[in-house]
Amino acid sequence: MTMPRPADDVVERPRPRLTIAPRRTWLPRNPRELWEFRSLLTRLAARDVTLRYRQTALGVTWVVLQPLLGAGILAFVFGRVAKLPGPRGVPYFVFSLTGMVAWTAFSQVATRASTSLVSNAQLVSKVFFPRLLLPLSTVLSTLIDVVVSLALLGALLVAYGVPLRSSILLLPVWIVLIISAALGIGMAAGAMMVRYRDVQYLLPVAVQFLLYASPVAYALRAVPLGARGVYEANPLTGLLEGVRWSVLNSPRPSAGLVAYAASASILLLLAGLLFFNRVERQFADVI
Amino acid sequence: MSSSELAVAVSGLSKRYAIRHSVNDHITIAELAVDRLKHPLRRANREQFWALRDVDLEVRKGEVLGVIGRNGAGKSTLLKVLTRITEPSSGRVDLWGRVGSLLEVGTGFHPELTGRENIYLNGSILGMTRKEIAKQFDSIVDFAGVEKFLDTPVKRYSSGMYVRLAFAVAAHLETEILLVDEVLAVGDADFQNRCLAKMREVATDGRTVLLVSHNALTISTTCNKALLLDRGRVGGFGESKGVCELYAKRTNEATQTDLSRSRSISVSGEYRLVWANTITNVTREDEVKRFEFSIEKTSITKTKAWVSINVVDEFGRIAVVCDTRSHDYYLPDSDLFGFEVVLQGPLLAPGAYRLDAYICGHGLIDAVEDLCRFRVEASSALQQQLADISLPHTSTIPQFSVHSKDVDCAATIERIAAGGRV
Repeated sequence: MTMPRPADDVVERPRPRLTIAPRRTWLPRNPRELWEFRSLLTRLAARDVTLRYRQTALGVTWVVLQPLLGAGILAFVFGRVAKLPGPRGVPYFVFSLTGMVAWTAFSQVATRASTSLVSNAQLVSKVFFPRLLLPLSTVLSTLIDVVVSLALLGALLVAYGVPLRSSILLLPVWIVLIISAALGIGMAAGAMMVRYRDVQYLLPVAVQFLLYASPVAYALRAVPLGARGVYEANPLTGLLEGVRWSVLNSPRPSAGLVAYAASASILLLLAGLLFFNRVERQFADVI
Repeated sequence: MSSSELAVAVSGLSKRYAIRHSVNDHITIAELAVDRLKHPLRRANREQFWALRDVDLEVRKGEVLGVIGRNGAGKSTLLKVLTRITEPSSGRVDLWGRVGSLLEVGTGFHPELTGRENIYLNGSILGMTRKEIAKQFDSIVDFAGVEKFLDTPVKRYSSGMYVRLAFAVAAHLETEILLVDEVLAVGDADFQNRCLAKMREVATDGRTVLLVSHNALTISTTCNKALLLDRGRVGGFGESKGVCELYAKRTNEATQTDLSRSRSISVSGEYRLVWANTITNVTREDEVKRFEFSIEKTSITKTKAWVSINVVDEFGRIAVVCDTRSHDYYLPDSDLFGFEVVLQGPLLAPGAYRLDAYICGHGLIDAVEDLCRFRVEASSALQQQLADISLPHTSTIPQFSVHSKDVDCAATIERIAAGGRV
């Protein structure tokens, strides 16, 4: 009889670098993995930016032209035709451009993040990388547009002699909250779109509706008192008012409204992230 | 001892797909909602399909493991699970080392981006860091031979350049474990050889390679060990030669059973194949192949009929289809006649083949599978590269001719009497 001895490969086996097993979790995968793939994040964002303006005659000028044209139309419709009350001391155009820059950050992140999985179906079904990078990269590529638009807005403020106040320091906070809400919606919509392409058609309509249902081109005080409650349920209301308070020194939104808007945005982000993680494992099989 | 160190350990790995049946296939959320309202208690009618079932596998560091099996055996699913593209339904995989994969060349290449941009993008997609790509950049460009076109969008590349660049990026992945799925069948013969040389370099580097193929020849010449997958389960595992023989044996068994049903398909039977012959049973890949057929007319018919001849390889894949219609050859109106098909191309890879023939007109008139068999052996020129090249197996447009032939009636009757009748 031989002496019992432990099976050598059980004893000697070092810890594996990676273990694959079925996951059933709402929590994000290993955050270290996201960090390992950080260069892909910037590559994807760079690809989006490059492709967006390649083979266009005006190129990067579109980054500036798009919000200008949008704000121009809104200023005409709401300021001239509807004659809504504008802010004091600021042309209606600058007012609507401020709203438009914040709105563009929201709508672009939400729509781009939502289509990022389906439009990269080839990648999703053929290579592994943390899928979260796809919606995240749209934030990066949109941020470039936002920064350029903000620079344009700054130039206009100087030209019109609108003074900057310390409240401007809170501008990044508003932008981050707006993008959080948009990313939450975009991730959830994108994850859903993998199975149901309906979302692809539904989301743009919803975003378009939200543009008119949010105080983008008009101030909250232009809204009849009776409808205010409904407006304030929209987290974007508080954030857009916050942006205009920071940039144009328009009336400060109430603390309650801001607290509600901020927590709603963060909740949207978390809910989107959890849902995304939950269904992520099916992406390659379904897409 | 490094050779006993594990690189990959798979235990009890299963992957289940649910096949939804069309009745319950909800394309839209609305349809789903309506269906749920109509039948609140019914669970979706799904069929379970196990792409992988209880697969156990251990690969040691530095081993080159071949994964072989027929289409749908689960080879690609295994690679997809190992690369984490898809998640297993149950079981566990442990990996000691970074995993790189060559499942498809050029994944993530964007036609609008330049060669340079695509190298960086594709490299990051494959999991390389910016530093690694920068270090390998010159070597990648050199291997692909595209230095002049680095700043041209790849949509203006020739398909050869495109594939070369894509392979070059992937081949420079420096992961400890590399998964490869028959991507080598791309590019011209010269480039294929360079790819294979690169693969061997990778394998002798002490890295672990898993190579998926349904070509037994590639596996037995490139790999030291092999895993045979059969409908999602492990059909065999061990030295690659033995596993490949097992694979060939199983494939033949499957063919034998099919053979018993060779004429059971409903045929109308106005014409009947009586005899067929491959003039030489053993040919070389560069030789012209001649096949003779004799057909008798069994009833008066005005049907315009023709013959379609399939050359089928040992794995059941159709290598060539010769349809006599393409040469305007229709069956003559005579009681017994013959014709000859001379096949000049494409080249057939070395291996065993069989002929299936179908007489067609208004529907199927006669069908005989496994009429006769022949072998293709490698010419001495090919033998040198035998291990490297996999010749086209797909149905490329064949070059062949059809000639009427007088049938020696007496000889045919003799053959039939001798049991040669099909």
